[in-house]
Amino acid sequence: MLTSLWQGKTLPVLTVCAIITVFWYLGSIWLNADMQRMLFENNGNPSYSTAELIEGTLSQEKPKLPTPLQILAELNKTVLETAPTSKRSLVYHGSVTLSATLLGFLIGSSLGMALAIVVVHSKSLDRSLMPWVVASQTIPIIALAPMIVVIMNQFEVTGLLPKAVIAAYLSFFPVTVGMVKGLRSPDPLQLDLMRTYSANQIQTFLKLRVPASMPFLFASLKVAVAASLVGTVVAELTKSEDGGFGARLLGGSYYGQTIQIWAALFAAAACAWVLVSLVGVVDRVVTRSMGARP
Amino acid sequence: MATPVIDASHLSLTFETNDGPVHALSDVSLDIQKGEFVSLIGPSGCGKTTLLRVIADLEQPSEGAISVNGMSPHKARLKRAYGYVFQAPALYPWRTIGKNIALPLEIMGYSKAEREERVRKGLDLVKLTGFEKKFPWQLSGGMQQRASIARALSFDPDLLLMDEPFGALDEIVRDKLNEQLLRLWEKTQKTVVFVTHSIPEAVFLSTKIVVMSPRPGKIHDVITCDFPRDRTLDIRETPEFINVANRVRQGLREGHSYVD
Repeated sequence: MLTSLWQGKTLPVLTVCAIITVFWYLGSIWLNADMQRMLFENNGNPSYSTAELIEGTLSQEKPKLPTPLQILAELNKTVLETAPTSKRSLVYHGSVTLSATLLGFLIGSSLGMALAIVVVHSKSLDRSLMPWVVASQTIPIIALAPMIVVIMNQFEVTGLLPKAVIAAYLSFFPVTVGMVKGLRSPDPLQLDLMRTYSANQIQTFLKLRVPASMPFLFASLKVAVAASLVGTVVAELTKSEDGGFGARLLGGSYYGQTIQIWAALFAAAACAWVLVSLVGVVDRVVTRSMGARP
Repeated sequence: MATPVIDASHLSLTFETNDGPVHALSDVSLDIQKGEFVSLIGPSGCGKTTLLRVIADLEQPSEGAISVNGMSPHKARLKRAYGYVFQAPALYPWRTIGKNIALPLEIMGYSKAEREERVRKGLDLVKLTGFEKKFPWQLSGGMQQRASIARALSFDPDLLLMDEPFGALDEIVRDKLNEQLLRLWEKTQKTVVFVTHSIPEAVFLSTKIVVMSPRPGKIHDVITCDFPRDRTLDIRETPEFINVANRVRQGLREGHSYVD
């Protein structure tokens, strides 16, 4: 049991978790101490002990750095104890974010694959499109997001779609780059083989390039799905009236609700982890069926 | 005399590289008759693989004429006149052995039933029955190369082009595969063009040995080798075998001498 823990990932991960937690608490005490001293003095209690100070730093209402326990309590409250339909529920906000994320991921990865297929088959499009694809990612999404929302609003496209478009903007890129590399990964020998059968371009594409690109595709889909979530959260900063993790982050920072911000961050990270893991599961199933070594 | 399977006259091929032109083939003339087993032997850079690739329409000659089955190599390729076995097995790793052998059949539009039948026969031919569902990495190098031979033969081409197919294998496996290849050739009556740099392999397998020399790649000597078709590895000990081998070795040496 113990050896399997050591050989697996569980124990190393837990160890790192424990170390982070220790430093986190130290950080909380250090960062919140000034505020706590001020609180004690304002309350006419200048003769506090160190223990009282530390205890105080760990239970502030609006700490600079909330403790993990405070964040977990907030998560417990907003995930488990609040009705999922309530605007105070993180489940509600999570579902808003996830729906835009998934739609954006769908649009982005389809677009990414389509672009890759086009680029691989046309030298001129490769030369003319690829620089733009790369350039598209040099623009900070946070600057672009409001404009996309405004412009799409002009065409009366509102709701999920503008956010999904922003998510897609971030997620198509890794898919294009990965898929282009994947579709070009067959070696000359494998391509020559197709020529000796006088296979046409479509056959070579379907029977050689596509299967060869799968490992590359899944690696980039993992990046893309996480990027899609980031894009959605950024979009929600602009379009906060619909809710979502981004709106929670924004609301938290308006009112100095640091615990709420951290809880939303943790929830977003957990969602991203689940999404990446899901892609990983599909990856494993597909590549196993394609003869990958277990 | 019937039309030769391969008829090359005065073939030249020059690759333009950054270091200037490389004369891979220079004035190569050769004809190969139906049912022959012809080995192209020579040191690296003598153009033996290039010649094979010209026959397969994977390279275009700069000068000269060549016909395969009486037509241009391009037409012959479109008619799927030959099966090609590369130096590496080049099995697609995402396909099982059976599916790899079926690949050309899928591309050429054979029915599912026909594919299954031919895969079964192919596996039997190269003694891989039972490995149909295995993936390439689960097989040894020799087995992989056998699978690639079955793949090249699956659509029953009359001409088999082999580019150092056993070059990466150890000698024991190579001997065994050489014997199997001979039996296969005997059984199927194919015409085989076989590139190698092993003298015993060339002498053991061939009805005709084409000795090539490098820079520029040209034919130095053509040696006929008329051991019976049902020869076994034992003939390598006979004086006749050693004689032919010596002639090949001498040809290779002479080929080298006027280069340096």
